[in-house]
Amino acid sequence: MATAATVPTAPVAEALPPAPGRAPRRAPRGLVVGAIAVAVPMALPLAYLAVVVAQDASLAWDTIWRDQTLRLLLRSSALAVAVTLSAVALALPLSWLVTRTDLPGRRVWTVLTTLPLVIPSYIGAYLMVSALGPHGLVQDLLAEPFGVERLPSIYGFFGAWLVLTLFTYPLVLLTVRATLARLDPQLEEAARGMGRSGWSTYRTVVLPQLMPAIGAGGLLVALYVLSDFGAVSILRFDSFTRVIYASYRASFDRIGAASLAALLVAAMFVVLWLEGRTRRRFAYYRTAPGAARRPQHVRLGPWRWPALAFCATVALLALVVPVSVLVYWSLQSVAGDPNWSEISSAAVDSVTAAGLAAAIAAVCAIPVAMLAARYPSRLAAVIERVTFTGYALPHIVVALTLVFFGTRVALPLYQTLAMLVFAFVVLLLPLAVGATRASLLQVSPRLEEAARSVGRGPLAVLRTITAPLAAGGVAAGAALVFLTAVKELPATLVLAPIGFETLSTEIWTATSVGFYERGAIPSLVLLVISAPPLYLLTTRHQP
Amino acid sequence: MPMQMPRKSALLFAATALCALALASCGGNDDSGSGTITVYSGRSEELIGPLVSRYEARSGNDVEVRYGDTAELASTILEEDDKSPADVFFSQDAGALGALEKEGLLAQLPADVVDDVDPRYRSRAGRWVATSARARVVAYNRDRVKRSELPRSILDFTDERWKGRIGWAPTNGSFQAFVTALRLLKGEDAARKWLEGIVANDPEVFDDNEPIRDALGKGELDVGFINHYYVAQARAKEGAEYPVEVYFPPGGDPGSLVNVAGIGILESSDQQEEAERFTRFMHSREAQEHFARDVKEYPVAAGVAADRRLVPLERIQQPRLDLSNLDDLRGTLKLIQESGAL
Repeated sequence: MATAATVPTAPVAEALPPAPGRAPRRAPRGLVVGAIAVAVPMALPLAYLAVVVAQDASLAWDTIWRDQTLRLLLRSSALAVAVTLSAVALALPLSWLVTRTDLPGRRVWTVLTTLPLVIPSYIGAYLMVSALGPHGLVQDLLAEPFGVERLPSIYGFFGAWLVLTLFTYPLVLLTVRATLARLDPQLEEAARGMGRSGWSTYRTVVLPQLMPAIGAGGLLVALYVLSDFGAVSILRFDSFTRVIYASYRASFDRIGAASLAALLVAAMFVVLWLEGRTRRRFAYYRTAPGAARRPQHVRLGPWRWPALAFCATVALLALVVPVSVLVYWSLQSVAGDPNWSEISSAAVDSVTAAGLAAAIAAVCAIPVAMLAARYPSRLAAVIERVTFTGYALPHIVVALTLVFFGTRVALPLYQTLAMLVFAFVVLLLPLAVGATRASLLQVSPRLEEAARSVGRGPLAVLRTITAPLAAGGVAAGAALVFLTAVKELPATLVLAPIGFETLSTEIWTATSVGFYERGAIPSLVLLVISAPPLYLLTTRHQP
Repeated sequence: MPMQMPRKSALLFAATALCALALASCGGNDDSGSGTITVYSGRSEELIGPLVSRYEARSGNDVEVRYGDTAELASTILEEDDKSPADVFFSQDAGALGALEKEGLLAQLPADVVDDVDPRYRSRAGRWVATSARARVVAYNRDRVKRSELPRSILDFTDERWKGRIGWAPTNGSFQAFVTALRLLKGEDAARKWLEGIVANDPEVFDDNEPIRDALGKGELDVGFINHYYVAQARAKEGAEYPVEVYFPPGGDPGSLVNVAGIGILESSDQQEEAERFTRFMHSREAQEHFARDVKEYPVAAGVAADRRLVPLERIQQPRLDLSNLDDLRGTLKLIQESGAL
């Protein structure tokens, strides 16, 4: 990531205490076993890809080395880089404005700028096309007074970049804002005291401490973009995932699709490696005695007007425009007497599946995050990276993985709720691991060591010291998994029990036959359901 | 103390979750009850749901339907192999049925079911059968294109004067079935030349037929290669002022390919008889009228007539082709990719 280059190492390294975990501390065996037990099922997609590719290795080889393949991988990578950079560029000023300044209505802006997270990108893309397309609703509004006959096309790279940025930047915003809000102001005050300017302090003291958060959020964005299919297909951007889907759809070519998916996994490891470089080896917890104080709020003065305009523009594009279209359609559809009992039972099914997935993912994330944060080692890194596999793959590949293993190994569970929930965990575990790890990094291991030194056992320490302090991160991880699982579609279609209809399958049913108005109400219900976990995410660590 | 709270609630949450999961798994796939069949349907609930309800009422048996994308469901069945919970596969196109047939996953259908339909619209080996037919058409916006401007063959859209005026959906199943037909009818080289020629004309790329039709309706496009019923449905909704017309290139041109939606019964099903009964129902007068009236497709059985506003199926000069051969899509995809269309 380009921002990594701006991190000045020397002054910061001096300002911070020596790195944790350098001294080789052995991880407790129970923890290692727990983390491996979580990682093994997460590696199922890898096993599936290997099994399928091995059926015809030479065909797989041919597929990978087609000119087309590499060209599309490059296109998708370019999109992923562009979206990640712009998501970071949006998230950094937003997070600073809502945590560290006297911006009027900070709480409201906090919620409004996070809300776009709950809009599924396939709906978001469709709404943006309806609103901003060459002949969309906005053009309709402009046609009469200004005689605008068509707006510039939003299809292709530009549209995909815009839409994916608008609906994924909250992933960076969440991680960065949480870190920023908890950052001890002492270091900054010391820097200011030594005569550094505000910007220079931010650059040399604050930004380096934000790097892990930026890296973690950026990673989620980049991998999301690589695996997304819904938005790119609606915005007609020719991406790598489109070819994977096409292989299944056009030719039932599982071997071709699997070899391309394997290539995507390789790309994922490159991204993970890049992200690993943003995690510097210094401490992110405070070491001085006493509690962290709350940072003072910077007075914006006249700058608050451009700041407000900035927040308003982001909220307008990412939230107001799409939600207005939804509301407009919903009103039309209410006239057509929607089936409320169907919608409410779909809401119950959605919450059930996503809630179970969130709870299980939160529990599974703990050993993985604990190992990565406290006992960094090669094994810990491998385990953590393996858990990303499902997140980086198009959902149809993960769904077929579970079809393959489900019918061969766990037939009684096949197409049950348990299977669907398991699929969600495989797809979304990294969201929980990331949030949990970030909160663990901010708990000083010295507290734990102190507890150990007075004779507490490791489990007792976990229970009385670590768990309470990291609980916020675990809850945030669960909330993120919930928000993402509740809008999942491809795996739900294949793996849900028959008759188990979620809001996303309702939306799909409506839109696949062209009744976009009918999909609007379930979409709005989806947004409403997402509100409580989102509230949990945004109010945590509010200064 | 607040310190204890998160742990307790987390434990409680986890315990509840596990119980719920255990309960859910107990209620798993249980279709051992006699007469209950499971259908994987690539056709939408909107379309099939009412028919399924009527069948259930008529037969007194339950039908469980998994709705999804045709190709994804076919891929699912290919992965499930002989363990598939599905008894019946209801496909949006012949290609997916052909793929399952080729893997030996489809059972032989009884002669009377097969004989319901014209031999052109069923598998030669009698392992799948059409339920309705759909035609490929050249759709055009009549305000932007005159009927007389349209070429005699779809092959001639490679001409430079169509530059920037065409919409197509290279990832769409129906389109790819058409390209396969083109390869079978005119040879690999001609198909490649056609694809490259259209690519050279800077076509607008869509993901599906519907957005092509809508772009035509809004006047964003001049011509598009889609299926007939998309236009017929929009016309029924919007009335005579709707500016999109359909054109069938004459003389057995590949541009006038007639493809089908159809049904296959899985070899692994232990409900063969019930599945056959379901298939027969889809050939009944009421089912066929539903396809003709509500979907604007061409009925294929029970002597039901197509919508009056459609060009009659017999008048379409469709190319001579065995639809079973449309399953050779791998070569098609390769061609589409190599031509730069995808």
